[in-house]
Amino acid sequence: MAFLQYLISGISLGSIYAIIALGYTMVYGIAKMLNFAHGDVIMVGGYISFCTTSYLDLPGWVSVVFAVVVCTVLGVVIEGLAYRPLRQAGSLAVLITAIGVSYLLQNAAQLIWGATPKNFTSLINFQVPEFLGRLNVSGVMLVTVCACVVIMLGLTWFTSQTKMGKAMRACSEDRGAAQLMGINVNRTISMTFAIGSALAAIAGVLLCSYSPVLQPTTGSMPGIKAFTAAVFGGIGSIPGAFLGGVLLGIIEAMARAYLSSNLANSIVFVVLILVLLIRPAGLLGKYVPEKV
Amino acid sequence: MLKVQDINVYYGAIHAIKGVSFDVEEGEVVTLIGANGAGKSTILNTVSGLLHAKTGSIEFLGKSLAGVPAHRIVGQGLALVPEGRRIFLQMTVEENLEMGAFTRPNAAVGGGIERVYEQFPRLKERRKQIAGTLSGGEQQMLAMGRALMADPKLLMLDEPSMGLAPILVDQIFEIIQRLHQAGTTILLVEQNAQMALSVADRGYVLETGKIVATGTGQDLLRNESVKRAYLGG
Repeated sequence: MAFLQYLISGISLGSIYAIIALGYTMVYGIAKMLNFAHGDVIMVGGYISFCTTSYLDLPGWVSVVFAVVVCTVLGVVIEGLAYRPLRQAGSLAVLITAIGVSYLLQNAAQLIWGATPKNFTSLINFQVPEFLGRLNVSGVMLVTVCACVVIMLGLTWFTSQTKMGKAMRACSEDRGAAQLMGINVNRTISMTFAIGSALAAIAGVLLCSYSPVLQPTTGSMPGIKAFTAAVFGGIGSIPGAFLGGVLLGIIEAMARAYLSSNLANSIVFVVLILVLLIRPAGLLGKYVPEKV
Repeated sequence: MLKVQDINVYYGAIHAIKGVSFDVEEGEVVTLIGANGAGKSTILNTVSGLLHAKTGSIEFLGKSLAGVPAHRIVGQGLALVPEGRRIFLQMTVEENLEMGAFTRPNAAVGGGIERVYEQFPRLKERRKQIAGTLSGGEQQMLAMGRALMADPKLLMLDEPSMGLAPILVDQIFEIIQRLHQAGTTILLVEQNAQMALSVADRGYVLETGKIVATGTGQDLLRNESVKRAYLGG
């Protein structure tokens, strides 16, 4: 019974990682860059939701909408100001810029909201009736898992069935050829950032509902773990990000329960190293050799 | 229809195209021939907006293409089948064709796909297949079909015969002639000068970024220096 309980909390924690990882993987797949500021957009989403409920006294769902809108705009602005001018530059320049943006967001948050952690009141307060004897499933867990599955299916549908989604895949394969088709590559990349950042906002609200301590660095650890999850599953792959996120959550929960709660984070990264050694393309990723 | 005047194109410090001028009239097949590195692809990429000329002008249907971004050019009726085909290998045949019609109204897509399938029945058989699994000849057909989906007034083909077996090269050139007879204006870039000149109304010979000879396809086929340099005797 205890094992099942750990499994359930692992899956729900993993679902949060998966939602973040989906954002990472979308941006990587289409813009071919690692947006290390992604985790900090999560933190901004958390703060926006916190402010809406605590200072403006608005209901929880309004704060989610608010957080999504603010983060979407933020994502598009970051892309336009920081990454677009570097479109022709090397990937290292873009990577370093992304790290810079990450610190900028963290410090801006510290300036605006202070370094003292805020106590985030969970937006999801209903309790799922106990079932199977004494399995404890909270409302947050249930909502997180459902949200994650819906988002994964939604993104899969979007990229395989809609014109815009197919255009994104075309850009991801060959930007030049996509332009020849009449696809505006800059707008497509903006759109990808908008989607990724909207997901980050949702992940932020769920994350803070899960563990209620909100501070400027709240997003960085889950961000890095979600990046691990995306690589684990095969970066660029939507089902891969989902699978990687959930598995990582389970591994972390199990490590915490059976090995050591202090070492849980380290174990997560050991998993990343092992996966990279054995399957460099990740679980569902395709290994594409560089063409010479 | 297309008027290119005295364009100069640079790759960094390298002066790749040195004052090239040529034109294509409606209904013609015009070919640019020349050796590897002569600048043929550079010219097509410049016309389609992927590269930019430092000086000179490009006019299409009387409108200047200067400063028009690449993604706006296809909507004006100018489609390029790029060198190396560059189809979307991880997408299906049909999705590739849909991408070709990106700038067209949704209602026009279905009919366009049917017309491409009439031209290339092989593609219809493989409509749900991932493009990367097609053979080289089929990929070339897909690249041409994809460009035709934009319903272009001028179709530019960059080395359509590259890497294909001789029998497939014949097929591709038959298709080019069929498109020509159906009224499509074509600008064809080829290393296979013999084939290109035999289907072309007019041709230009390019050597290290400059046009060194021009004339009708037949004239150039008989031209001694062209024969020596490009036709093997």
